[in-house]
Amino acid sequence: MSAANFTAEIVAPPDLTAKRSWRSVKSAIMTGLMIASVVAVALPLVAVVWAIFSRGMAVAFHGFPHFFVDEIPVIARKAGPGMGPAILGTLLATGAATLIAVPLGVAGAVYLHEYGVKNRFSRLVRFMSNVMTGVPSIVMGLFIYVTWTLRFGYSAFGGALALACLMLPVVIGATEQMLKLVPNHLREASYAVGTSKSRTILSVVLPAAMPGIISGSLLAVARAAGETAPLLFATGAATEYNPNLFVEANTALSLQIFGNATSSFAAAQDRAWGAALTLVLLTFVITLVARFVTARFARRR
Amino acid sequence: MNEERIDLRGQREYSDRAFAKITAGAAGLVLLILGLIAFTMTRRALPVFGEMGTKFFTSTRWSPPDDLFGALPFIWGTAFTAAIAILIAVPISLGVALFMTQVARPGLARPLIYLMDLLAGVPSVVFGLWGVLVLSQFFDLGRSFLTAGIILAIMIIPIITSLAREVIDTTPPGDKEGALAMGTTRWEMITETVLPHSAGGLVGAVMLGLGRAMGETIAAALVIGSALGQITLRALAPGNSMPAVIANEWGEAQDLHKSALIALAVTLFAITIMVNLVATGIVQRSMKRGQGT
Amino acid sequence: MPLEDVKQKPEGRPMIRIPTQAPAKHDGPAPGPATQPSVVFNLDKLEVYYGAFRAVRDVSMQIFKNEITAFIGPSGCGKTTVLRCFNRMHDVTPGARVAGGLRYHTADLYGPNVSATEVRRRIGMVFQKPNPFPKSIYDNVAFGLRSKGIRSKSEIDSQVEKSLRGAALWEEVKDRLRASALGLSGGQQQRLCIARTIAVGPEVVLMDEPCSALDPVATAHIEELMRELKQNFTIVIVTHNMQQAARVSDKTAFFTTEVDAKFGLRTGTLVEHNATEKIFSNPSDERTERYITGRFG
Repeated sequence: MSAANFTAEIVAPPDLTAKRSWRSVKSAIMTGLMIASVVAVALPLVAVVWAIFSRGMAVAFHGFPHFFVDEIPVIARKAGPGMGPAILGTLLATGAATLIAVPLGVAGAVYLHEYGVKNRFSRLVRFMSNVMTGVPSIVMGLFIYVTWTLRFGYSAFGGALALACLMLPVVIGATEQMLKLVPNHLREASYAVGTSKSRTILSVVLPAAMPGIISGSLLAVARAAGETAPLLFATGAATEYNPNLFVEANTALSLQIFGNATSSFAAAQDRAWGAALTLVLLTFVITLVARFVTARFARRR
Repeated sequence: MNEERIDLRGQREYSDRAFAKITAGAAGLVLLILGLIAFTMTRRALPVFGEMGTKFFTSTRWSPPDDLFGALPFIWGTAFTAAIAILIAVPISLGVALFMTQVARPGLARPLIYLMDLLAGVPSVVFGLWGVLVLSQFFDLGRSFLTAGIILAIMIIPIITSLAREVIDTTPPGDKEGALAMGTTRWEMITETVLPHSAGGLVGAVMLGLGRAMGETIAAALVIGSALGQITLRALAPGNSMPAVIANEWGEAQDLHKSALIALAVTLFAITIMVNLVATGIVQRSMKRGQGT
Repeated sequence: MPLEDVKQKPEGRPMIRIPTQAPAKHDGPAPGPATQPSVVFNLDKLEVYYGAFRAVRDVSMQIFKNEITAFIGPSGCGKTTVLRCFNRMHDVTPGARVAGGLRYHTADLYGPNVSATEVRRRIGMVFQKPNPFPKSIYDNVAFGLRSKGIRSKSEIDSQVEKSLRGAALWEEVKDRLRASALGLSGGQQQRLCIARTIAVGPEVVLMDEPCSALDPVATAHIEELMRELKQNFTIVIVTHNMQQAARVSDKTAFFTTEVDAKFGLRTGTLVEHNATEKIFSNPSDERTERYITGRFG
């Protein structure tokens, strides 16, 4: 076949440009809608953060450190700081809750993963723990009211109990995840030199899982610090400082925000914004620490 | 040959066994607490059922001074605000999830995740504060079902989005590439492969969001308006929901009133647990199916 | 039996040439009736089940003190499964069950009241892939000592040094005992694992393919180490490398697999167990001969 047999047709190159069709327009519209939803998420977040900072900054940092230290004005109409007792109350209740929930949660997760991985008891506990994460916090609060507050009165500790109940399933879940990540050959190495199971868990497994457990627990702490409903029924509404964990009603930042939000007095509302800023900063710091721990853990591996 | 007598019994086994028992006990706490909640709360709720019987659920009259407790308006309110929240949150969550998994460059997903985490980290009461002092002033929304629905939507978007992302990510890349190779647009690829594959899991994610919306107390309590006896579709009307009425009326409640509020809590408990159970089941089954392919 | 006699089968077909490093085996007093080594393990029809499936059957043999015994055989023949019986490692595998007789000196390893932890203090194990703890070199070796209850720092210090010397690692790490063990090379990590094992003062050291993850130089180090360790410990080694077994061991046990009709899976069983020279030059069982020649075929 010689070249002469090929017809010299003028053939245009294939047209590969994008077509303006309804289909491609529709796809573009949909992509636009997706972007719009991202904006729709960013908007309220920005709006809320903006409101907190713009309204809360002036209140919280005016005449620093008064807002964080002074007592709460008993008369709502009265302008001026502070939220000291609420900050203390939040720290007391959240701190006590952490001391209760984290060791118990870690211990429970240890059982679930190291001792009874497949047995029926473990599967039931795991399932119920999942269910428990969905219990509304108000139900937890009422539960503590019925079982504790009625007997022992309002106190920061009652609030701590309620918060601990909320935190427990979260800590169990996060810890179990971390335990799963500890490779089995580490456990075998420990058994092989004549180490008991409990010692293996305490000296090898838990230290290896610790950074993840810490960061998971911190996230649970951050959530607990912001809870209101459980404290409504267990902690009360004091306005004075009460450093006593167990005796007498106390207060917390979340409770104060709740109480002041519906007040008709601007002064009380201002204090609510200041408290909201304080709470958000506290939560933010805790979350940052949690992320920092996770990052260090990742780097070390 | 002189064989020594080997003693393999070992000491200090007690602490090992005690450790095992302690951890088992800690695990059992979960069951204990849940059981106690169910038991003690139901017991406290009984008096009001003695007074009202099943009319507790069907009557619309809620009048504590007259010892009349009809919870229907609040059950309606819970359902109504949750429905509004879902209507708003689901399209947005789905849009964000799809954006993060199908459209965005890999580097863009990270900051978006942080954004979501930030949103999830804002305490409920702060959202309520913002809702009551800012949002309700805007657009004359006032304190109403709609305002509550909007706040709830904002709060459940992070949950639905993160779950939806997980489910969507189980779509086999091969399916997606196959669709694209046939000349589909991106949106067509999504509707042909991603959505059908993830449908079950997405339903589960939505239901989990629903459960959360129903149980969310404080934000709702602050913005819903605390009106009595309204079963209406007027979203702009002030209303009430189960958690809101419990939070708002608890302070001054006496005996039978308290029992009625506890009964509301038990009802809420039962409903949210059922929704969560069904949702978790759906999500788990869908994930398992997704990974099986 | 003098070495020369075993080099050739009567038919004149050479089986395998014993490498000239082998004379190390004969450094000690030649075995004779007066110095018959004592029995450390006595296995009597040992079986291992995973659930209902019998993975290993009919293993009967004796392991002698201060010798290196090698388990060889095709993959899946149960050599590691049998090894893990010696230190009760199957306890941590759910569904695993050991049946039959396994005596450690006069004690029944699987008898009632036997503490697995106590067993493992006397019978240590080195694994296929080096698995040091994510701790310092010092803490890795000290770990077993602390588990034993030793608290005195000076005692731990001296034991750590002794064990690291015993594992031929001391000179390389003595200046960085506090550094992380994960920074060592593969061969060093494995020697650290050996140090960690001997620190506890066991009588027996089990080795599950200890060199399979290592390069030839590191392997040679470990083999040389094994010959030294033999003087103070009894060693049982599982290896898929026949030359290694021939180089290092005094006794060799050959395992193989048979198809289990019920499950369609393969059950492992012991074929032959004898002095290494005999196994490699004049095996009694035809399956052993096939395996050994097959490798060179």
